[in-house]
Amino acid sequence: MKIQELIDKTRFTVINAGSDTGRNISKPYCCDLLSIAMSSAPADGIWFTVMANLNTLAVAALTDTACVVLCQNTALDENALKKARTEGITVLATELPVFDAALLAYEQLNAADASIPADESQTCRNPETTCDA
Amino acid sequence: MPSLHYEYQVSGDDFTRAGEASSDIKNKLKQMGVSPSAVRKAAIAIYEGEINMVIHAGGGAISVEILPDQIAMELIDHGPGIADIGLAMQEGYSTAPDAVRSLGFGAGMGLPNMKKYSDEMTITSRVGEGTTVSMVVRFE
Ligand SMILES: Nc1ncnc2c1ncn2[C@@H]1O[C@H](COP(=O)(O)OP(=O)(O)OP(=O)(O)O)[C@@H](O)[C@H]1O
Ligand SMILES: [Mg+2]
Repeated sequence: MKIQELIDKTRFTVINAGSDTGRNISKPYCCDLLSIAMSSAPADGIWFTVMANLNTLAVAALTDTACVVLCQNTALDENALKKARTEGITVLATELPVFDAALLAYEQLNAADASIPADESQTCRNPETTCDA
Repeated sequence: MPSLHYEYQVSGDDFTRAGEASSDIKNKLKQMGVSPSAVRKAAIAIYEGEINMVIHAGGGAISVEILPDQIAMELIDHGPGIADIGLAMQEGYSTAPDAVRSLGFGAGMGLPNMKKYSDEMTITSRVGEGTTVSMVVRFE
């Protein structure tokens, strides 16, 4: 699933769109300690954390994380926002706690995987559309 | 390809710039067509060393040499030194102060990450004089 599709489905707030919202997401990852995230954050992952600062973004960039989701309304300061912009990192936010936010994304990622053929999933991109069937 | 040499100064307690050397090296290696896994290993290794110099040693200097088949990194600081390197290398051991823990540091995983992601690593340190960390990551 692409970042933009996930944004459409989850309604996470866009803090910084980043340079490539057409990028594919591999899997969700949750962690708040930077050197643990540094060694385990999956490439192209979507990283859920409450640790909203410059160093989070540095780790995201170095691990090739596709997108950072700041949970429970944690906010970036001005410096960190600047880094997100210059590095083109996609940063989203939600009021949900880390687990709930990651679960929501996980469900959407799985649902997207299950929908075949890929072209048809485009019809469900609009979150207003019900596509339970 | 000839060998390429780069130097970086890392200032102490400046978290707004910490990570600059590692992201610069990462971009350079990428442009040279080094495999993504080797780029990731080198970037992690330098970043952790860079942050350690900021947090624990009041800054320092990084010198990097890139050869066709490997990158060699040397991180030199004149901070307090490490009394017991074996202890410092243990996963979970950290003396990071609360102020930096609240930024997400202090898991005690930086040195173990450097060991894990580099192909060679040596630390020499003298209490009161400083620490030198040398690492090599091979491209394969
Ligand atoms: N350059 C250095 N100078 C002095 N002491 C150091 C240096 N690098 C590491 N240390 C010591 O070794 C300990 C372990 O370092 P390590 O990088 O593994 O963990 P950390 O920096 O405390 O936390 P983390 O890296 O997980 O955020 C540090 O807490 C510190 O006491
Ligand atoms: Mg460290």
